[in-house]
Amino acid sequence: MSTVAETQIKLTPEHDARPGASVRSRLQDLLPKIVLAPSFAATIVFVYGFILWTIYLSFTNSKTFPSYDITGPRAYQRLWRWTFESDPPSSWYTSITNMGIFGFLYIGICLALGLFLAILLDQKIRGEGVLRPIYLYPMALSFIVTGVAWKWFLDPGLGLEQTLHQWGWTSFHFDWIKNKDFVIYTVVIAGVWQASGFIMAMFLAGLRGIDGEIMKAAQIDGASTFQLYRRIVIPLLRPVFLSAFIVLAHLAIKSYDLVVALTSGGPGGSAWLPSNFMYEFTFKRNEMAVGSASAVIMLMTLTAIIVPYLYSELREKPR
Amino acid sequence: MSAVTSPARPASSGMSARTINRIVIYSLLALFAIFYLMPLFVMLVTSFKTMDEIQNGNMLSLPQSPTIEPWFKAWGETCVGLTCAGIKGYFWNSIKMVVPAVLISTLLGALNGYVLTKWRFRGHTLVFAMMLFACFIPFQSVLLPMATILGSLGRFGVTLQNATGFNFGLGNSTVNLAFVHVVYGLGFTTLFFRNYYEAFPTELVKAAQVDGASFFQIFRRIMLPNSMPIFVVTVIYQFTNIWNDFLFASAYAGTGDVMPMTVALNNVVNTSTGVVEYNVNMAAAMIAALPTLIVYVVAGRYFVRGLMAGAVKG
Repeated sequence: MSTVAETQIKLTPEHDARPGASVRSRLQDLLPKIVLAPSFAATIVFVYGFILWTIYLSFTNSKTFPSYDITGPRAYQRLWRWTFESDPPSSWYTSITNMGIFGFLYIGICLALGLFLAILLDQKIRGEGVLRPIYLYPMALSFIVTGVAWKWFLDPGLGLEQTLHQWGWTSFHFDWIKNKDFVIYTVVIAGVWQASGFIMAMFLAGLRGIDGEIMKAAQIDGASTFQLYRRIVIPLLRPVFLSAFIVLAHLAIKSYDLVVALTSGGPGGSAWLPSNFMYEFTFKRNEMAVGSASAVIMLMTLTAIIVPYLYSELREKPR
Repeated sequence: MSAVTSPARPASSGMSARTINRIVIYSLLALFAIFYLMPLFVMLVTSFKTMDEIQNGNMLSLPQSPTIEPWFKAWGETCVGLTCAGIKGYFWNSIKMVVPAVLISTLLGALNGYVLTKWRFRGHTLVFAMMLFACFIPFQSVLLPMATILGSLGRFGVTLQNATGFNFGLGNSTVNLAFVHVVYGLGFTTLFFRNYYEAFPTELVKAAQVDGASFFQIFRRIMLPNSMPIFVVTVIYQFTNIWNDFLFASAYAGTGDVMPMTVALNNVVNTSTGVVEYNVNMAAAMIAALPTLIVYVVAGRYFVRGLMAGAVKG
């Protein structure tokens, strides 16, 4: 490295003396922007451009193929009407209700379990190096593999129920995966299994980052373990909670694959999330405008969560 | 942070309470370890059992007469849709898609992170924010336009093929998917490198600049040699994400020989013709899971350490 730097020092004055130098140095100044440009352009076109395109499509009457005549917010009106069609429930009603149940339980349980496990692991545990990877590995699996594994595990005829019957508990009954009212909870189980270890790792990193002096001071002041965590540690972990929430909300809204692999949509589409609704309506039911409208609604929901978060994150940084 | 129940505390609760405390903690930890290992264990033992044993035996019991047959069958014979040639072809499809996508998106992310931290310009925050937001969009909101574009590029590829005898990868599903994953992975890779380089001493870069080192020289000689941890993290992250993707794969390569592994696996498992061979299904699932599991086992430590350095804020 040093040799390069030395030769550069010698060269620089000559460069400036030459007439071409200003063009070259201007190019040199522009270089960072030129390097960044392709990525930024790709983002503009393939993210923001495509989002506008999807919004546009949602205001047309596209069916199997895209149509570009704007026909007004008909797709949204249909979704709005379906929002309240609960008897029998429309697919959209089922999807958004499921999203509420799944999102709330999945995020809540993952946060609670992740924090709980992280605190347990932070008690100077022998074998932490073995346990941590065991908790974390499901995150490396695809939703499809997770779905296949849990589908087998939760199947009444093959999995848990059958096993407990063989062990003599014959009255045990667990058929949620085949039950249209409970199938969404099996998606929660599999989802929590997959992501909670990762959330644990986030909290553990946060715990390890807390200044030991603060803890010592509180202990000297006579704080109990419970008080210590409730009053000092957990408030200090606020940023981790926020990051973990964002990661989970993002995963929850994306959980299309898990529903497909675990439940194939559930009996009569009873396990659908909005992501499944969008896919089915767009690519299988030839209702492209409705599919696009549902995608726009998904995007709006996520935007409402993400934008304030990003805004606060990026504002704090420069200071 | 030190452990809270360490002996430093005044011995008001006594030794036995502490022992009970430890027993409770270890039992809980063990219980959760079982919870996390159970599905993998069941998958693994089932994949080594005969069908006879699966139907009459217990899901948790070890295979009585272990057989590797299901693995061979999953790899080379099982039916995916109508073709019965195993999942090996789809496995290679995934490899061919993942490797270029990971390398390109990681390298671009490194360059972007470098520019956004060490060569700041007016509006760098806005540029970063816009790229960052792209990480979080539900991909459903870009799925359809991308399908349309890939469709027209495919038709253009056919035209080129007729005119020049070469289609330049247009219309090739593997190329399409690799491209899609690069585009929608950029936000993440940029985020990782930007956060990492943010903590990298700017003085070093400034000093090299004064010494006359150019943009790429600084990147190659100063930034890259110090970026190993974040490279490992980003590569693992991207590899896992792209290998495991199902949405793009099923939308743009959902049928035929071009399917990646995840779509093929889903088809194997949901094929309802004939007797369902659970052992073969589980072996197929294990094969689909192995690459990411191996990466995780080999570099898991790095993954966690890197997460602390790069992704977790605050």
